Amino acid sequence: MSPRFPGNGTRRGESLLTMIRIWVNGAEILVEPGSSVAAALLSNGVAVFRHSVTGEPRAALCGMGVCFECLVQIDGDLQVRSCQVAVREGMRVTT
Amino acid sequence: MIVIVGAGPAGIAAALQVREFGLAFTVIDDNPTAGGQIWRGDADRTRMLGGELRTGTRVLSIDAAAHTLLVEDADGARWVPYSKLILATGSRELLLPFPGWTLPGVFGAGGLQALVKSGLKVGGKRVVVAGTGPLLLAVAALLRAKGANVRLIAEQAPVSALAGFAAALLRRPAKLLQGAGLGWSLAGVPYLPNCWVTSAEGAGQVERVTLRRGAKTLTEECDYAAIGYGLVPNDELRTLAGDSEDVIVAETGDVEYAWLAGEAAGYRAAGRPLDESALVAARAFDAALQGAFALRPELRELAAPETLVCRCEDVSYARLAAWGSFRAAKLQTRCGMGPCQGRVCGAAVRFLFGWPDTSVRPPAFPARIASLAIQEPVTNGDKL
Repeated sequence: MSPRFPGNGTRRGESLLTMIRIWVNGAEILVEPGSSVAAALLSNGVAVFRHSVTGEPRAALCGMGVCFECLVQIDGDLQVRSCQVAVREGMRVTT
Repeated sequence: MIVIVGAGPAGIAAALQVREFGLAFTVIDDNPTAGGQIWRGDADRTRMLGGELRTGTRVLSIDAAAHTLLVEDADGARWVPYSKLILATGSRELLLPFPGWTLPGVFGAGGLQALVKSGLKVGGKRVVVAGTGPLLLAVAALLRAKGANVRLIAEQAPVSALAGFAAALLRRPAKLLQGAGLGWSLAGVPYLPNCWVTSAEGAGQVERVTLRRGAKTLTEECDYAAIGYGLVPNDELRTLAGDSEDVIVAETGDVEYAWLAGEAAGYRAAGRPLDESALVAARAFDAALQGAFALRPELRELAAPETLVCRCEDVSYARLAAWGSFRAAKLQTRCGMGPCQGRVCGAAVRFLFGWPDTSVRPPAFPARIASLAIQEPVTNGDKL
């Protein structure tokens, strides 16, 4: 995906100073603090989170840590449920 | 130390009660914040737990005889002793297989609600909300409040059943007012009873869904589909704990009420322990809900032979249908043996084939090898 610039994906009136910067597949995105990684990915146009054992594209489904469809790599940890982790400054996510 | 698993309304209610008794407690929750699905991220509701809260923490195993449970968080795993264990683990959604349900952009109804509550932007997104139950209205109202273009709400229950539910609502005026509030915020959104999604299509992600409404078929273009068929209790830990007088399942009062709160959107009173008469009323309401939103048999016919039922191991309906029990299907196909451990396919298989999933084993969640190697403290069964 292409890098995002300040202003993209932010709400009107939202201070950029409060935004958190994370890296998704090497590209920088700005997200609101408190957002889950899954929500941040979807909000920034990442439609596919992983591929299934037979190669199907998949993304978040249950939103509450049950289904394990939203597994991504976070800061080197393999297979993390992205819906159960809040974004942290500098976090590196690989789908 | 009293350990409470689950920091949703039921767990918080239990914690406040325990604190009132002046007893020490710890609340453990898998989610990054307290509040469960209903109060997700609602700091006012969850602040009261104070420093006794451990979020991002999963229970892997329970040794009821030794009064300890194995928990894992980002830093590692450890055995936690308890005097009493209160399980307030809430529910998950019933998700039923249909062609295209594995496409990205197809969520549970509560699933999309949870994602929006955790920051997902849905402004301008075309969303189809479908499935069953009053939760669909709450989800659609939230989506709309966040700027989504809710195309329609498809409720599988027939009009006649919904009329019965409306009658039950009339006996519970507070609920009726909530319903009216939702109705106002949903003005202009088609609410289609007797209607359900039969397939989702799209290249790499959902682009449209096909619905059946009585004898008619309709197609709706959408960016997201939010489809949920009610709730299934998270009872894995209860099964692992077995029968023990020191394990309390917060189901007769709190969890049942939390369930009701979630499903019937009775947010205001949730988290308050119920007295006996409120419990009777809650159960009556629950029964009315179950009757009104009973799943229609046609939903069993949605999955095509090649439709995946187990999404972790990609096991199709046809491969499962050849076996006579969940256990046999599991051994032969790996259905239910992936990371979710049957949390999604278990209830679906039960609905489709009538096979109960009887094989809950530790670890209750996928765990690190190191977590499983941690030695359990020797307690001789004494309470610590």
